[in-house]
Amino acid sequence: MKQYRWLAYPYAVWMIIFIVVPLMLVLFFSVTAKAPDGSIVLTLENFKKFWEPMYINVLIRSVLLAVYSTVICLVLGYPLALILAGRDFKRKNILVMLAVIPMWMNFLLRTYSWMTLLEKNGTINAFFGTLERLAATYLNMELTLPRVNILYTETAVILGMVYNFLPFMILPIYSVVSKLDRSLIEAAQDLGGNNLVVFKRVIFPLSLPGVLSGITMVFMPAVTTFVISRLLGGAQFMLIGNLIERQFLFSNDWGFGSALSIIMLLLILLSMGFMSRYEKENSGGGLW
Amino acid sequence: MNNEIILRLVNISKAFDGTKALDNINLYIRRNEFVTLLGPSGCGKTTTLRIIGGFEEADEGDLLFEGQRINDLPAYKRKVNTVFQRYALFPHMNVFENIAFGLKIKKMDKRVIEEKVNNMLRLVNLEGFSKRSVDSLSGGQQQRVAIARALVNEPEVLLLDEPLGALDLKLRKEMQLELKKIQKSLGITFIYVTHDQEEALTMSDTIVVMNNGRIQQIGTPQDIYNEPKNAFVADFIGESNIIDGTMNEDYKVTFLGRQFDCVDKGFMPNEPVDVVVRPEDIKVRPQSEGMLVGKVISVTFKGVHYEMKIEGLNGAGYVLTVHSTLMAEEGSVVGLSIDPFDIHIMKKGLKA
Repeated sequence: MKQYRWLAYPYAVWMIIFIVVPLMLVLFFSVTAKAPDGSIVLTLENFKKFWEPMYINVLIRSVLLAVYSTVICLVLGYPLALILAGRDFKRKNILVMLAVIPMWMNFLLRTYSWMTLLEKNGTINAFFGTLERLAATYLNMELTLPRVNILYTETAVILGMVYNFLPFMILPIYSVVSKLDRSLIEAAQDLGGNNLVVFKRVIFPLSLPGVLSGITMVFMPAVTTFVISRLLGGAQFMLIGNLIERQFLFSNDWGFGSALSIIMLLLILLSMGFMSRYEKENSGGGLW
Repeated sequence: MNNEIILRLVNISKAFDGTKALDNINLYIRRNEFVTLLGPSGCGKTTTLRIIGGFEEADEGDLLFEGQRINDLPAYKRKVNTVFQRYALFPHMNVFENIAFGLKIKKMDKRVIEEKVNNMLRLVNLEGFSKRSVDSLSGGQQQRVAIARALVNEPEVLLLDEPLGALDLKLRKEMQLELKKIQKSLGITFIYVTHDQEEALTMSDTIVVMNNGRIQQIGTPQDIYNEPKNAFVADFIGESNIIDGTMNEDYKVTFLGRQFDCVDKGFMPNEPVDVVVRPEDIKVRPQSEGMLVGKVISVTFKGVHYEMKIEGLNGAGYVLTVHSTLMAEEGSVVGLSIDPFDIHIMKKGLKA
């Protein structure tokens, strides 16, 4: 294999140019500032600036919303992944397709379509209105349907996150569970385990690597997103991703933006390290 | 072994996607018996075992356990435990937890569990392994854990699905004897699935030979080996020469161009039959003393004996396989003789 080592060089070069160098730049911007005389000085000002209730709240809000959507994705995705990994082959492929197809469509497009659905005069409310009018005209009855009024709220942002990231929860769990040796389940039944026991003591513990990958893969994009929060949360809706975006695009404060990015990076590294400690006990199968 | 019947399969049939896997299986198993289901892959032996274990449902027929029909009893309620083909040890548990799995489900007292598991570990020679992870064990050790995990539940019947298939020859022989010893000392009924005829002959009280979803013969190892009921059994159990012959009258059979005395009777006059002769039952003699004369085509040293291919000269040109501790020169012409009781006659058309 040694003679093929050179095949790795292009990747190494690519990664140095497009990952390592930019990361270094971000780090550089975060700990430097321009002095009035034009020279560049080392400083922790940018990080200090973050230590303000307003910004801390944005961070807390980002983490909370990401946690909510991750939990919802897990609650929705886990049973679905189990069903998909089940033995019923004919319907299985259709279900897997249904879970994956949304990923083939553009992410922005999908999120915009939720705006159209949720708007005050959007598709859902218009549909309800039509139903009410139809009921009044033909059935002569007073029908009052509720109106969806959640666009530009936290609920809409969570909805968007769950909708967009659910496949990332389902797929790793599905892949781990479907690779589970069936004879392990049979062995557990053989030893006297009913369905509940088999699930609790064999299927669930062995699916944990998939669950952990799923959590990581949903939590990370959810905590850093700025598109979903802007489109479904409104222009004033601030998550850490929007805050960073703002520093670079509007405030032109690259130093603060970089500091925020570094903080975000540390947060993600920390949560991943936390995850991998659990991972070790359940080796194999996961994504990392 | 007593005569009480613990398990009975009545007219069991099973099809997968329209292909018959089991065709009208009838079988009874006595308490404390070591029964082996023997046959080539795809013969239905594993399916039979899985039906008994509760992992497959029979399409037709009844499965009776101590006289009760248990077709619809789920696997976890059956007083049967299984040793799986690839062990199926729980990878997220250590050796102790694996073995204790069944006992913990029964909510047994912690101290009782510990004592039972330790007894089992001693029985399978794995003392001191209780904290080890199952991945760190060798194939033979994993096998022992799998056996201990099943036996600790004190099942009435233990099902073993080719449990030694993944082990090397020497280890397999050791485990065969050990399993037999365990079975005798615990007095548990074993139902053992294998395609290895030697394994079946070594361990079993009763062998059930299966092919194409049907039972070909049920009998003791001696019966099966010495009195195969049809050409399939004869061919599958050890090596055999299966020769076309004609039954002239009771106790007289003609094959390879010569009439022989035999011990079989009850055939139609001049009925075509299959004649089965074991390679070790053909004796090589000087040319003048033989009942048949043949030319040695090849000689292979097999350790205990020489295997010789000898072409009969006075007949249809059938090549006989002969096992002998004496070697004849390749190319030489020798005499062959067969004792009457070593000639087994089988009806034609039973070749499955």
